[in-house]
Amino acid sequence: MSSHILSWLVFIPIIGALVSIVYQQAAKVKGLDAEVVAGTHKWIAAVATGIQLLFAVWLYTMYDPAGGIQFQEKFSWIPQFNIDYFLGADGLSMPMILLTALLSFIGVVSSWKIKKSPFGYFAMFLLLDTGMMGVFVSLDFFLFYIFWEVMLLPMYFLIGIWGGPQRQYAAIKFFLYTLFGSVFMLLAMLGLYFYADPHTFNLIALIQSASSIDATIWGINVQVLIWVALFIGFAIKVPIVPFHTWLPLAHVEAPTAISVILAGVLLKMGTYGLLRINYPLFPELVYWFATFLAVLGVINIIWGALNAIAQVDLKKMVAYSSVSHMGYVLLGMAALISESPAGAQAGINGALMQMFNHGTITAMLFLLVGVLYDQAHHRYIFYPKDYHDPKLAGQPGFGGLGAKLPIYSAFVAFAFFAGLGLPALSGFISEVMCFIGGFSVFRTLTIIGTLGILLNAIYFLRAYRYVFMGPLNEKYAGLKDMTGREMFTLIPLGILVLLFGVYPAPLLDMIAPTMNALVDLIHSAGSIMGIQ
Amino acid sequence: MNPPIIFALSILFLPLVSFIFQIFIGWRIGRSAHWVSLICLGGVLALSLSFFANAFLIEGYPILEESVTWFSTGEFTIAMGFNIDRVAAIMLVVVSLISFLVHVYSTEYLKGDPRYNRYFGYLGLFTFSMNGIVLADNLVMMYVFWELVGLSSYLLIGFWFEKPSAADAGKKAFLTNRVGDIGMFIGIMILFFLFGTVNIEDIAYEVSLGMADGYMSLLTAAGILVFMGAVGKSAQFPLHIWLPDAMEGPTPVSALIHAATMVAAGVYMVVRIFAFLTPTALQFIAVVGAVTALMAAIIAITQNDIKRVLAYSTVSQLGYMIMALGVGAYQAGFFHLTTHAMFKACLFLASGSVIHAMHHALHHKGDHDTDPQDMRNMGGLKSKLPVTYWTMLIATLALSGVPLFSGFLSKDAILAGTLAYYHAHHGWTIFLPIAGFGAAVITAFYMFRLIFMTFHGEPAKPDVHAHVHENPLPMTAPLVVLAFLSIAIVFTLPGLNPIVNHGWFTHLVTTGENYAGLVMEETVEGIHHAHNAAMTISLIVATLGILFATFVYYLKKVDAGKLAKMMNRVGLYNLSFNKFYIDEIYEAVLYKPFFWWCNVFSKIDWDYYDQKFIDGWGWVTMKISEASGYSDYNWLDQKVVDGFGKLTQYFSKELKQTQSGVIQNYVMGGVFGLLIILIIFQSI
Repeated sequence: MSSHILSWLVFIPIIGALVSIVYQQAAKVKGLDAEVVAGTHKWIAAVATGIQLLFAVWLYTMYDPAGGIQFQEKFSWIPQFNIDYFLGADGLSMPMILLTALLSFIGVVSSWKIKKSPFGYFAMFLLLDTGMMGVFVSLDFFLFYIFWEVMLLPMYFLIGIWGGPQRQYAAIKFFLYTLFGSVFMLLAMLGLYFYADPHTFNLIALIQSASSIDATIWGINVQVLIWVALFIGFAIKVPIVPFHTWLPLAHVEAPTAISVILAGVLLKMGTYGLLRINYPLFPELVYWFATFLAVLGVINIIWGALNAIAQVDLKKMVAYSSVSHMGYVLLGMAALISESPAGAQAGINGALMQMFNHGTITAMLFLLVGVLYDQAHHRYIFYPKDYHDPKLAGQPGFGGLGAKLPIYSAFVAFAFFAGLGLPALSGFISEVMCFIGGFSVFRTLTIIGTLGILLNAIYFLRAYRYVFMGPLNEKYAGLKDMTGREMFTLIPLGILVLLFGVYPAPLLDMIAPTMNALVDLIHSAGSIMGIQ
Repeated sequence: MNPPIIFALSILFLPLVSFIFQIFIGWRIGRSAHWVSLICLGGVLALSLSFFANAFLIEGYPILEESVTWFSTGEFTIAMGFNIDRVAAIMLVVVSLISFLVHVYSTEYLKGDPRYNRYFGYLGLFTFSMNGIVLADNLVMMYVFWELVGLSSYLLIGFWFEKPSAADAGKKAFLTNRVGDIGMFIGIMILFFLFGTVNIEDIAYEVSLGMADGYMSLLTAAGILVFMGAVGKSAQFPLHIWLPDAMEGPTPVSALIHAATMVAAGVYMVVRIFAFLTPTALQFIAVVGAVTALMAAIIAITQNDIKRVLAYSTVSQLGYMIMALGVGAYQAGFFHLTTHAMFKACLFLASGSVIHAMHHALHHKGDHDTDPQDMRNMGGLKSKLPVTYWTMLIATLALSGVPLFSGFLSKDAILAGTLAYYHAHHGWTIFLPIAGFGAAVITAFYMFRLIFMTFHGEPAKPDVHAHVHENPLPMTAPLVVLAFLSIAIVFTLPGLNPIVNHGWFTHLVTTGENYAGLVMEETVEGIHHAHNAAMTISLIVATLGILFATFVYYLKKVDAGKLAKMMNRVGLYNLSFNKFYIDEIYEAVLYKPFFWWCNVFSKIDWDYYDQKFIDGWGWVTMKISEASGYSDYNWLDQKVVDGFGKLTQYFSKELKQTQSGVIQNYVMGGVFGLLIILIIFQSI
């Protein structure tokens, strides 16, 4: 079993979905009670993602940080085009695998109260899970692309059917934006295949051959074209400003669990793709691109935060905070070209840690917003100025909940402070590492970026002030504190946030050898070019 | 692990145990759970005293120096460690002693509060974080705990978060501090890349080796940037605005965090990094301190809220400490931190005692409108609150710089430092001693104004006055202890001359070392020479301040209202009363435009960029597909394709005519056809 552990990780959710389908047909034939059927679908999804999580933990125990790419599975899939079914895990994919498995399980548990067609919902959810996991373990570009697209479709339906009032608009926007990127990615993939010698989609083999591609199209270097095409595809997922406007809408309209998955896992695919494909395949171009990436990163940090400050909807605020927090990742990634070894390592390791830490923190934030929304049916910090009820327009949406809901407010305070980068919580360490890395190369940019330290605090504390502090808004005196199930979804995330904030070594030791090897790979290319 | 490390770890973590206990278990037990916190803090105090005792035994070396890797990527490593030298040992005692006393005091002050246990938990969290700053051997670790004291301060200021003012004050404190923290963080990054380490001693060592030669301007920048953190935390101008608002927290919290310890963390940090601050950076620091000391003192004159007076007094005194370090009076700066911690904690706890008594009296009367903190509602409380009065008077004498009390010694040393600095630099630096002595006279004035308004004269509200009672022992005992520690002899032991500062303190805390260009021998020499002059002037100014206050507020020879009106002819009274309008200026110049711009950005992001530009592409695509759909159907399909059909239809309709059913016609047609075929074939 352990020799195919990655395949199991990818396909366990699909197996769950198939079981669900079979059960659904059987239930129809037997005419079972709808309540019972819905309950069973939930449990099938919970068991499937639960087993997947156990496998991921097992994988973690077996993973050897110094061992390079491990758990490889490779066999020829479409030999005519040299397409392999090629899976493997290294320090770059490990944290993403763990994050995907954890958030998928938590997502299922947090979807427990889904009313509308649970069968469809959980089947789609499991399909999505397979797609995500597949992306993070594929080492063949073709396979990677397939999983990338597999993930897109269930996401479209999950937002479009189970989402909020503007769900269809949000779903189509998300879909078209991503598809737009996919087109470029497809072109880049085909370009790589045809220009590389030998023709292959194998991402490990391409490390050797891609950087020696020497051709031009319309007088432009093919390597550059491929890089840019890939970048557009990945930038939309991150999302890098100005490709970001699908995000607030999709996050706000998606049901809670899907927002968790979107922000927690999907956004990381963009930066993961850059690190998995762009960076090792075209190390020289990293030097060419890094400054631009750092500029974009700082724009993300500042623009995301400024927009978050202006939001009156709690969920939209959290969504924009993701834009800001992903900016740190970009800055850290750009720092890889640093001449200072400490700076380069701090930046790139910080970027990957930030990917993981943002996943756990933002998942907490979205889950917590969901807890409030489920009861209060709105999530306005302030009602908008043009709210249909003029008496409420511009007024605080809540107020004083801290006295009424001590446990909930404590969880929110924890998540908010994690979000604003309080030391002893995980976001701090990765942000600091990204900044230190960035500072070793891009002095001025990073100094501008550190404004994020302040800006991110402004919107979180402002939201906390008006939702939880002040006199109690009597309208919400009847709210109930968190249930056991809700706490069950949050506590594991909280533990990870605290653990990696106090003692980041387990995470860092897992990723550092791989990321440092990436630094070496790119620095050696740089030294050949005479930069380093 | 050897005992000192275990001791240090216990000092750090026992308060955290108290926090965890109160948050998760204590609230189930109720009020008696405060014993756990008291025992934890008692332990911390005992262990701190053991380090303090050790400071006398071990000559020259740090008492404890130990560091471990916190996390590392290989080339990039961040350590965590302890460095307990004599300064840290004294600071530990200051923090744990006041924290312990505040714990004791709070058992009475917070009695009956629905979140009683949470309060003690937060106090534990604060003490944990504060001790972390004190123990830290490197700047990143200091920054970590720096932010954590910010958190505990936020939680404690907003402890009564139902009050909007308290909720706002907590937010303001945290955010204002973060402004300074950005600078501190950038400074730390510069130091890290300059020296490859963030360990404070290592940086100082590198600088002493001349590793920073050629990078002096960068070192200056780094020093000023790191100092930004202190500007925030120690409430220096222009980031002082949060501290007066922080008085919304419970008064014992104000005593512990916003008077004695946390706000002194900035000063402590400058003490730690003093060795590698360049003369330029130090000059900047001195000016910031001087401006703060003078400005805050001026504001304190006109405030009527007893806690606000003390808050501005704290800002002013912190300015003194910062100024002292800036002019190179290292020993004096840290000395003032220590003495100030005692008498200012005493003053705050005493004011808390007054407020508590007033509150109970008002409550007894069912009066919920009168402000128990407004001094205009007090008066004549001396007879009612004797312990509070006498302890507060002692602390006031100490703060005013009256001989025999601790503040005299430390303030005197600072003023000598500013005089010496002027002697060395001349020119505009005369501003520093002017600010110092000016603030000293004002301090004496406003403190005695406070004493007279609160305790002397006729009661402003006799009916309330009648119900005021002295508070019970848990509140008065800490006052007595702190008042005792405000007496000069405590710091001059074994010397018994209370006006000459030669004792254990000067023995433990050296005159400081600087490797970045400041010649300490000259500085110390200058301070020594200026000593007598400083003492004389400071005696005069203190006397003047006290006498003036006595005239106005005790003997009432001068009408305070008239005086205010007179000052206001040139707007001085309003300027002071409205705190130089700094909050208003920030509101108009910073906050409002900032939020306005944020809304504009959000509009640009969503309403224009997304809805118009991005969705515009959708619109364009739709239009193109509509057009192509239209032409596809209406033209290609309807006109071209169907055109053929219509043509065929037309011809068949026409040709139908030929189907006449008359045989002769058919035969004729056949013949004609045959003829045509023959002609065609013929021609080929």
